[in-house]
Amino acid sequence: MADIATPKLDGKIRIPLMEEGATAHYHTLESSPALNEALGYPGELVDNWQEKAIEKFREVLDTNKALRVFMDICVKCGSCTDKCHYFIGTHDSRNMPVARQDLMRKVYRRYFTLGGKLFPKLVGAEDFTKEVLDEWYTYFHQCSQCRRCSVFCPYGIDTAEISMAARLIMNHIGLGSKYSNEIIGKVYNTGNNLGIPAPALQGTMEFLEEDVQEATGVDVRYPMDEKGTEVLLIPPSADFFSAPHVDSLIGYGKVFHEAGISWTVSSYASEFANFGMFVGDFHAMRKIAQRIKDVAREFGVKRIIVGECGHAWRVGHSFWNTLVGPWDFLDSRYPVPQHICEFTLDLIKRGGLKLDKSANDERIVTFHDSCNVARASSMGGYEGGQFEVPRDLIKATCNNFVEMAEDTIKESTYCCGGGGGLLTDDLMELRIQGVLPRAQALHAVMESHGVNYLALICAICKAQFSKVLPYYDIPMEVVGGIHQLVGDAIVLGGAKHEV
Amino acid sequence: MASIEVNGKQLEVDEEGYLQNLEDWNMDVANFLAEQEGVEMTDNHWEVVNFLREYYEEYKIAPMIRILTKAIGKKLGADKGNTKYLYELYPGGPAKQACKIAGLPKPTGCV
Repeated sequence: MADIATPKLDGKIRIPLMEEGATAHYHTLESSPALNEALGYPGELVDNWQEKAIEKFREVLDTNKALRVFMDICVKCGSCTDKCHYFIGTHDSRNMPVARQDLMRKVYRRYFTLGGKLFPKLVGAEDFTKEVLDEWYTYFHQCSQCRRCSVFCPYGIDTAEISMAARLIMNHIGLGSKYSNEIIGKVYNTGNNLGIPAPALQGTMEFLEEDVQEATGVDVRYPMDEKGTEVLLIPPSADFFSAPHVDSLIGYGKVFHEAGISWTVSSYASEFANFGMFVGDFHAMRKIAQRIKDVAREFGVKRIIVGECGHAWRVGHSFWNTLVGPWDFLDSRYPVPQHICEFTLDLIKRGGLKLDKSANDERIVTFHDSCNVARASSMGGYEGGQFEVPRDLIKATCNNFVEMAEDTIKESTYCCGGGGGLLTDDLMELRIQGVLPRAQALHAVMESHGVNYLALICAICKAQFSKVLPYYDIPMEVVGGIHQLVGDAIVLGGAKHEV
Repeated sequence: MASIEVNGKQLEVDEEGYLQNLEDWNMDVANFLAEQEGVEMTDNHWEVVNFLREYYEEYKIAPMIRILTKAIGKKLGADKGNTKYLYELYPGGPAKQACKIAGLPKPTGCV
């Protein structure tokens, strides 16, 4: 573990005293020319970057009307100022959402408003200098695009949209983050964020079959590239690699086994994550989503079910149709895509799973709403379903469920501190600081109710919490997926199969 | 491109210190990288590194953590076949820190 000091938790979330510029030195690694060019961006910062950046900014303003409105309508009311987990954790006033927005707003005013063109100083307009560009790079990589601030903004200004646009503009002048760009390139080349080649994926799935057989005595299948199945499962690729992620993948397989529904993963599209969103790049998002559509059509599946991945649920649920629709070749009785939590809960409601809740009796569970699920999607086909479906699923599989404080859950949830393309080792200090409000809320229920399991439905959240909670003396073992709970509670061979 | 010097040889590493060329790796390089990470290599550390390299040679990717823990459990005893023990060996994480010392590329993604 890196040597980074953290405050002792006491369960309280405080508005910090401001330290302007406290994190001005954070600078996530820039991506290399090779990585940039693979995505169609200039290899490195172009000579006429200012001109090119303004040109791209204009184009984005013309295509994204919301962004122009967000640039124009802030009244500096202050509602957002204390709502960002990075502000709370870093104390840096430049991490107040309004300050982050203003980094773009001052450039917008200078080049795109009459007042700013004529009297820049009077209206807070500034030239797009190299210093301003450096600030952009630093502080737009301290936004996890979680949208908590937008919930509290009376005008609904969405800082995520602003940070995405800023990263898009920066990529188009040859300034991108290594973490996101490398990953997008890997999906283009191998079909997943990790770069797992097909033979390795096949070996992994076979390993899981043996592992589950050994543990349960039941032959549960974990198939890859089998054409003509009912379901194409698209998990985040971390489910094939990391702990505790894989325990949810094991859970999905058990659910399909009990449902008697044939399924497969694909080695060509083995990734639900879509980091194109983090860099605001519609074309990258489309290219990544297209792989899934192509394989679904080729395999002749009837439905697509997706695994526990937060931001990708936003992409799939809210954007797939615009990006690569229509999906008219799939069975129209099912949503496209369908979340594994929707699928499993529906199955439970129809008596298709036999569950032994006591298998989870040693666990006292709380649920962390992942930001993109909570604030940028829905679930179950009804308003607020994205809050209720996961909770109903937990309650169906566990006897002990406790909520964290009300202002830290559902639409007010705090980000894990690693979302939006910031889950990289070179931002470890930021990630540790950014988890603070969630860690406080978790600590409170650990103290009051003995909570020992933080249930999640996002691969980033799982990786981030496992890595940073230990800095606050919360062991990584508390972190787990909802389908890990499901998988442990399922009585294999216990269900009726005519559902 | 950054580099490290081991036994008088310059070896290329990326910005985060991961070896660029798999074939540059040997035990001295591993010891050098381990020292940089503050990890003292014991026999059990080597078991992890050797397994990672064998697996990588076959599959061109590091193994899923569960495959690693199971393999280590078989070699060193069931009580050591778990993530917790791997973190004791490699506090920076079995995937990232152990891969670095094994001379493998850094795993990317939500890990």
